[in-house]
Amino acid sequence: MSECGDCHGCGAASVVEFPGPLASPKIVALAGPPNSGKTTLFNRLTGLRQKVANFPGVTVEQHTGIAELPDGRSVGIIDLPGLYSLSPQSEDEQVAHDVLTGERPDTPRPEAILLVLDSTNLSRHLMLAAPILALGVPTLIILNMADDLRNRGGHVDTRQLSAQLGAPVALVSARQGEGIDEVFEFLASAMPAPAPMELPVLHDVPKCREWAGRVGSRASYRPPVPPKWTRRLDSVFLHPVAGPLVFAVVVVAVFQTIFTAAVPLMDGLRWLFEVSGKWVAATLPDSIFRSLLIEGVWSGVGSVVVFLPQVLFLFLFIGILEDSGYLARAALIADRTMARVGLQGKSFIPLLSAYACAVPAILSTRTIENKRDRFATILIAPFMTCSARLPVYTLIIAAFLPNRPVLGPFLGARATALLGLYLLGFLAAVVTARVLKSSILKSGHTPFLLEMPSYRWPTMRSIGLRLFDRAKVFLRRAGTVILLVTVVLWIMAHLPPVNGKAPAIEDSLAGTVGRTLEPIIKPLGFNWKIGIGLVTSLAARETIIGTLGAIYGMDPESHKLGLQKALQHDLTPGGAVALLVFFAFAMQCISTIAVVRRETGGWKWPILQFTYMGVLAYGGRVPRRAPDQVIAASPPPPLPETRW
Amino acid sequence: MQLSGNNVQPETSSKTLVDLRRGDAATLDHIDLPGKDARRLMELGFLPGVRITAGHSAPGGDPRVFQVDGSEIALRRETARRLKVRLDKTRPAPGMP
Ligand SMILES: Nc1nc2c(ncn2[C@@H]2O[C@H](COP(=O)(O)OP(=O)(O)OP(=O)(O)O)[C@@H](O)[C@H]2O)c(=O)[nH]1
Ligand SMILES: [Mg+2]
Repeated sequence: MSECGDCHGCGAASVVEFPGPLASPKIVALAGPPNSGKTTLFNRLTGLRQKVANFPGVTVEQHTGIAELPDGRSVGIIDLPGLYSLSPQSEDEQVAHDVLTGERPDTPRPEAILLVLDSTNLSRHLMLAAPILALGVPTLIILNMADDLRNRGGHVDTRQLSAQLGAPVALVSARQGEGIDEVFEFLASAMPAPAPMELPVLHDVPKCREWAGRVGSRASYRPPVPPKWTRRLDSVFLHPVAGPLVFAVVVVAVFQTIFTAAVPLMDGLRWLFEVSGKWVAATLPDSIFRSLLIEGVWSGVGSVVVFLPQVLFLFLFIGILEDSGYLARAALIADRTMARVGLQGKSFIPLLSAYACAVPAILSTRTIENKRDRFATILIAPFMTCSARLPVYTLIIAAFLPNRPVLGPFLGARATALLGLYLLGFLAAVVTARVLKSSILKSGHTPFLLEMPSYRWPTMRSIGLRLFDRAKVFLRRAGTVILLVTVVLWIMAHLPPVNGKAPAIEDSLAGTVGRTLEPIIKPLGFNWKIGIGLVTSLAARETIIGTLGAIYGMDPESHKLGLQKALQHDLTPGGAVALLVFFAFAMQCISTIAVVRRETGGWKWPILQFTYMGVLAYGGRVPRRAPDQVIAASPPPPLPETRW
Repeated sequence: MQLSGNNVQPETSSKTLVDLRRGDAATLDHIDLPGKDARRLMELGFLPGVRITAGHSAPGGDPRVFQVDGSEIALRRETARRLKVRLDKTRPAPGMP
C-alpha cells in the first residue's frame, strides 16, 4: 500500500502486518455481498479506519488488521471486497474469491469466515451462505444493519436461522456497535466447523434463491417495509427536471464554497505563518540555519499548508456525496454521457473518486468486469482534477482573475474559472475515452448493473474522521515531500557561494538548472522559476507552490510581494492560462504512474499515458501562442483585489 | 399493432422490461443474454418468475431503476430489452395465467 501513503485520496490508517510466528494468531476473513457493512465491522473489530462509503464496490483489495479479544489474545482479520457468489466476474471479486479459497499466495488461507449479510435484504443475501458454508470453514453468519431492520419493522429469529444453517448467527449493527460482543465471543471460541446440512446445487442460481427463501421463512424472516425516505428523495434527485437541476446547484455550490467559505480560514492560516515567521526571525540569531528556516520552510511549506481548508472543504463534499448514497444516483444521471463515449456506467464512480486522487480511483476500477473498459477508465482517470491540483488552480486564478460576480452573489468569476478547469479535465477524459473505445480498446458490451443503496445520513463521526485523516495526509505530505524539496532547492540556490555569500539566485545551481530548461518551456510562456516548479511538481503537484514560495522568498526583489503578486510579475496572463492547461493535462504524479503499472501489469500503458498526456499539456498551448507573448515583459495589469 | 403472418405467440411474451413505465410491474419470464451475464443478473435477483417493478430513471428514461427482490438495481435500456416479461394486469384478462 505504498502508493496510498503519499496520496490525498486514501488517507486511512496504515494497515497492520501480520505478526511473526510467535504470536501466530488465527486468521479470520470478512466476506459478504457488496455494501453489506464488512468494512464498518472490520474497523470496529480492529480499530483501524479503512474506507467506508454507501455504495457497492468501495473495498477492492484485501486489508488486514488485528482484533484484540477481551481475554488478551489477538486474531488477524482480513477485510475483503464484496462478492455476489463464488463465481467471480470482476477483479475485486476475484481477490475475495482467491483469499477465501486459499489461492492467493500472499495471504494465508483464513481459518474462519465472518459472513456479513444485510439483514434488511436477507432472502437474497442468504444465497451467498450456500457457497460459503460449502467451503467447510468455521463460519459466523452476521446479520448486519440490525438497527435498520428494527426501525423498518422487519424481524428474524436468529436461533431458528442458526439451526437451519448449521452455523452460529449473530444479529449485529456494525455501525452502532450492537451485537459486537457476539462476534468477539465467536472469535474467542473454538470456532466449530459448520454442521453438515443439505445445501443447494451451487451453480443453479434459481435453486440457491429458492433454498435461501425457504431458510429465511423457516426462521420467520419478515422483510422490512421499503425505505420511505429513499423513495421520496429519489423522486426529487431522479426527477427528470429537478434531478439535473439539483445536480447543477450542488456542483455550483461546491465551487463557490471552495472560494468563499474557505477564505477566512486560509487568511487565518496565512496570518499564522506570517506572525510565527516573524517571531522565528526575531528569536533566532542570524545564521544560515535561520535563513533556511525562514526562506525555505516558512515560505515554502507554509505557502502550501495555507491551502488546507480548501482541500478539506472539497473532501467534506466528497464525503457527504459518498456516505449519503447520492453518488450512485449521480452515476445514474451521468450514465448517458458515459455510454456516448463507449464506456460503462460503472466507470463513472472511479472517475468521481478521482476528484480526490487518481490512485484509489485507479484501484477502484477493479469493479469493472470488462477488461478493456477497465483499462480505458484507468487511462482517463488522471485527467480528472485531483485534490493536489486544486491549490495550484486557486493560486493562479486568484492571482490573475478579479472576483467579479457572474451569477449575482451565487457564483463569482473565480469559482467559474475553477469550474471551467474541472470541466476541461472531464472533457479531456471523455474525449480520450471515446478515442480509446473506438480504436485500441474497442470491446463488446458487458451489461451495466448498479445497485442503488438506500440513502443514509452521513454521521458526524464518519465525516469528522475522514477530514481528520485527510488533514493528516495533507500535512504529512507538506512535512515530508514538500519540505524535502524546498530544503534541497534552498541548498541548490545557495551554491556555489560567491565570496562566502549566496550567489544571485539566477546564477545559483538551482537557477542554472532552471535556465537550462527555459528554452523548452519558453514557448509556453514560462520562465526558469516556473520551470523549476514544474520539475519539482513531479514529486507531487502542489509542490510547485512550495517551490515558488521558496524561490520568491529567497529572491530579495520578490520577497516583499507575496506569492500572488510575485506570480503576476513572472507570468503573462497567456502564460497563466498555459500553466493551468499544463496542470490540467500533464501526468505529473509518480504514485499514479506506479499504480497504473501495477494494475495494468506492465510499463506499456503508463508510458503511453504519460506521453499522451504530456503531448496534450505541452502541445495544447503552442499553436495559439502570440509571438510577443513570451515571458513577462510588460507589467501585469494591477488587480484591485488581492484577497483570495 | 401489425401482426406478422404465422406468429401465434401471445402478445405479452414479446414484452420486455423496456416496455415498463414507472410504477408498472411485471413478472420475469426469461433472460435473453449469454450465460455469464444472465447469471450475474440472477444473482442480483432477476430470476424467472420474480416480480419486477419499474422505478425512477435517469433523465431521458435510460438507465432505469428496477425494484426486484428487495433491492433497487439500475439497468441500461440495452440490457433491459433482453429481459422478457409478462405484464401484470391489474385485472387479468380471462384465460391468462
Ligand atoms: N444503518 C446501518 N448502516 C450500516 C451498518 N453497517 C454499515 N452501515 C453502512 O453501510 C454502508 C456500507 O458500509 P461498508 O462497511 O462500506 O460496506 P462494505 O461491505 O465494506 O462495502 P464494499 O466494500 O463496497 O463491499 C455505509 O454507508 C455504512 O455506514 C449498520 O449496522 N447499520
Ligand atoms: Mg468494504
